[in-house]
Amino acid sequence: MPDYTLKIRRYDPESGDAAYWQDFTVDLAPERSVLDGILRARDQEDGSLSIRCSCQAAICGSCGVRINGKSALACNTKLSDAAERAQRGGINNEATSNGAIVVEPMGNMPVLKDLIVDMDAVHWKKIQRVVPWLLPEGEPPEREYIVDAEAMIDVTQSMACIQCGACVSACLSMEVDPEFIGPAALAKAYRFVGDPRDAHHEDRLRDLAEDPHGIYDCTHCFACIEVCPKDVAPMSQIMRLRRRATGDYAIKDSNNGYGHEKAFVDIVERWGTLHEAQLLPRSFGDGSLVKGQTRPAAVKQLIDSAPAALRGLARGKVSPRKVLIHPKLPDQKEVRRIYEEIEGRDERIELNLYIVGEEGEGGADDKEPVQGESGAES
Amino acid sequence: MPQHDVLVIGAGLAGMRAALAAAEEGASVGVISKVHPVRSHSNAAQGGINAALNPEDSWESHAFDTIKGSDYLGDQDAIEIMCREAPQELLHLEHLGVTFHRNEEGKLGTRAFGGASAARTYYVADITGQAILHVLYEQLMKHSEVFRYEEWFTTALLQQDDGAMAGVVGRNIRDGSMELFPAKTVILASGGNGQVYNPTTNALVCTGDGIALAYRIGAPLMDMEMVQYHPTTLAGNGLLITEGARGEGAHLYNAEGERFMEKYAPNKMELASRDVVSRAEQTEINEGRGFPDGTVSLDITKVPRKRIHEALREIINVGRDFAGVDITREPIHIKPGNHYTMGGVKTDFEGRTPIAGLYAAGEVACVSVHGGNRLGANSLLDTLIFGRRAGQDAARYASDTGMPKPSYASLSAEQGAIEAIIRRERTGRRVSEIKAELGATMDKYAAVFREEDGLRTALEIVKRLQQEATTTATDDKGSVFNQDALGALELGYMLDNAELIVMGALERKESRGAQFRTDYPARDDEHWLKHINLSVNGEIPEVSYSDVTITQWQPEARTY
Repeated sequence: MPDYTLKIRRYDPESGDAAYWQDFTVDLAPERSVLDGILRARDQEDGSLSIRCSCQAAICGSCGVRINGKSALACNTKLSDAAERAQRGGINNEATSNGAIVVEPMGNMPVLKDLIVDMDAVHWKKIQRVVPWLLPEGEPPEREYIVDAEAMIDVTQSMACIQCGACVSACLSMEVDPEFIGPAALAKAYRFVGDPRDAHHEDRLRDLAEDPHGIYDCTHCFACIEVCPKDVAPMSQIMRLRRRATGDYAIKDSNNGYGHEKAFVDIVERWGTLHEAQLLPRSFGDGSLVKGQTRPAAVKQLIDSAPAALRGLARGKVSPRKVLIHPKLPDQKEVRRIYEEIEGRDERIELNLYIVGEEGEGGADDKEPVQGESGAES
Repeated sequence: MPQHDVLVIGAGLAGMRAALAAAEEGASVGVISKVHPVRSHSNAAQGGINAALNPEDSWESHAFDTIKGSDYLGDQDAIEIMCREAPQELLHLEHLGVTFHRNEEGKLGTRAFGGASAARTYYVADITGQAILHVLYEQLMKHSEVFRYEEWFTTALLQQDDGAMAGVVGRNIRDGSMELFPAKTVILASGGNGQVYNPTTNALVCTGDGIALAYRIGAPLMDMEMVQYHPTTLAGNGLLITEGARGEGAHLYNAEGERFMEKYAPNKMELASRDVVSRAEQTEINEGRGFPDGTVSLDITKVPRKRIHEALREIINVGRDFAGVDITREPIHIKPGNHYTMGGVKTDFEGRTPIAGLYAAGEVACVSVHGGNRLGANSLLDTLIFGRRAGQDAARYASDTGMPKPSYASLSAEQGAIEAIIRRERTGRRVSEIKAELGATMDKYAAVFREEDGLRTALEIVKRLQQEATTTATDDKGSVFNQDALGALELGYMLDNAELIVMGALERKESRGAQFRTDYPARDDEHWLKHINLSVNGEIPEVSYSDVTITQWQPEARTY
């Protein structure tokens, strides 16, 4: 069996010393997990090495860490994969060294000891923020609520969240704005907004749209989708919250989320590409350029962004001509066709793995259903 | 000093359900859990929860399947309660927000499961336990009057002079501080003891804490020999592949390509009860028809791809991440593996133990509704029904009981004991070495097939390990998250559990349910249609028996 070197970030709050790196070499089969490696080191070398873990099967969500800089569960990351990634390098910190697998505590949360972070101080506080329980109207029915089967499968993607915190750890917006409600809590919010039994969809959406650290604080960086070990796709859930807020309830929020989205869509419809000079003022006017330009807040933000615009001019990134006259894409008909097709659909098509399966997989019905024991409804 | 009418130990399904029920009755409630509640092992219940909710189904049918599944060792009055109350409990969960699968009419939909005569298993994809656990935690966040002690470890149960419950001693894992928790009632809801075995489907937290704590203060344990081996676990690491896979239509094959269940259960085939399927697989493997890695294969490719994606998504992940197999395209190698503790702390229908104020519910308890073998999708039901009943009864009991005043001496004693472990110089083996030998021993001698000599050997080894455990030392000398010290305490709990499992298995000289004695291969109703109770009594546990309650279903031969 090969030897793997784990370079682990250690921190003992009782020692008075700063955090440090310690190498452990473990002799394990390549398909074993990074958690197996950590536990082997703990069992055989140093019993004080601390990590939360329990199920070892990626369902309890305890062992979120950063492996080679990437947030993940230690239990479902193979040693061989982690070692290969470490060899390739690409992790930009002081620990980079000779192909050792670098294991650190998760980001965006205070470290309590070794690989253990304070989930309560960040993750659970944010979960609590989104009113994380069902709010049905009136007394429950005598039997079950009758709801669309597809809707239940749909929210199952959010229900699959195991609250491991990997997305919180990886969230770039939260790094900049620690108050951002964040990917896990907003995915949790979608679990209620997408649940037909909940009677407060609009209140919830208004609350999350008006909060300056709410749904419009996400910058679409995809980091949460990339690191989620359960395919919850938190960013997709955030985008769906936005779509419901704007499309279903036309919530015109004071963060200009609604206006920004409308401006974006309108501009692309008109020019085929983004006319950046128009975007900001239009965003302030619920999509209208004229209204936006007369809003005090818009004027203030335009002035605030003037230095950036000037730098852009100075470096030739934008030209005065481009600011004033934005060229349309040559084949405007194609743009029109895309808009018509999407707007003409009866249903919104959502990306949901529970419904459509993985990308690149064959069609969902490329096999005949088996007869007999299949667990069909009875 | 935090004091409560009802103090729940463990925050899985049984614990949270008990806490919410007790709070609803107006009791002041605390929940102590050594892990954050959503990390609890109830997460692992993938397949679903049984309830005879469909008008064409009946609680009697559910009860009969459960009784037959238990190999007639389950108490029929308790089973009747569970099966009668199941539909209402299921609807309650649905109303709280569990996202159960719907049929085309938008009503609750079902899937087939092992040992059941109707499709009565309600589910959320293959994350049913997780979904219910997280929804109950939502309710706990909503009901902030329930006090949560998350990441607190229980080191002892305390009694008053007359034997009644007085509270517990707990250690805050975060900072190592110890606290006395006076409580009128204590509900053990701390789960099973799967970690006594290796491999096991159970999480690292499943160390039989509550079983050992209760045993040590004199509460009797029942049917400890009944340890379920699940038919479909991964060879190397013991990870679980849900019975839902077979419920959805997956088949089992031996290395010769035979669908071998035809020989063992010609009617129910792969959906016979778990003990039957596990024995069949082990027989195939023992007789040389398994694969070289000691497995047989589970073919899920029979299930339509769309159905796998919506209903068995977690198994796709498990296959990919932990076995390197795409279950939608190829069969996966599996074998029987330790899964569930049917035995446990003996309770009545309200979760009461013979110790006044001490309750138990869920896998830690033995009511008994599972008898010799638990049916798939009955465990979630057990936790919820008896968790609720225990919570309600404890609240009622507490309402006309005074708050006990446990002595601070017990707190210092516990504190001293842990500090002694932390200060001890290493002279013997590590906790991990002892645990590894224990797990291998139990999996060898107290597994699917058992016999006298092997069990005697196991008992000797366990006794030796108990001695060795007294000399283990910790590397961690600190207070914050000293998991090393907790590991030593858990080892003590596990060794108690192991001894009692082996004692029960030696005592029961017949084959019933999960206990198959190759030296007594037949079920013997004349002598052994009874529960085996074990109570603390110095060095060797005291053995006694209690009757199995039979209401309307007389024992008959069990075929599937």
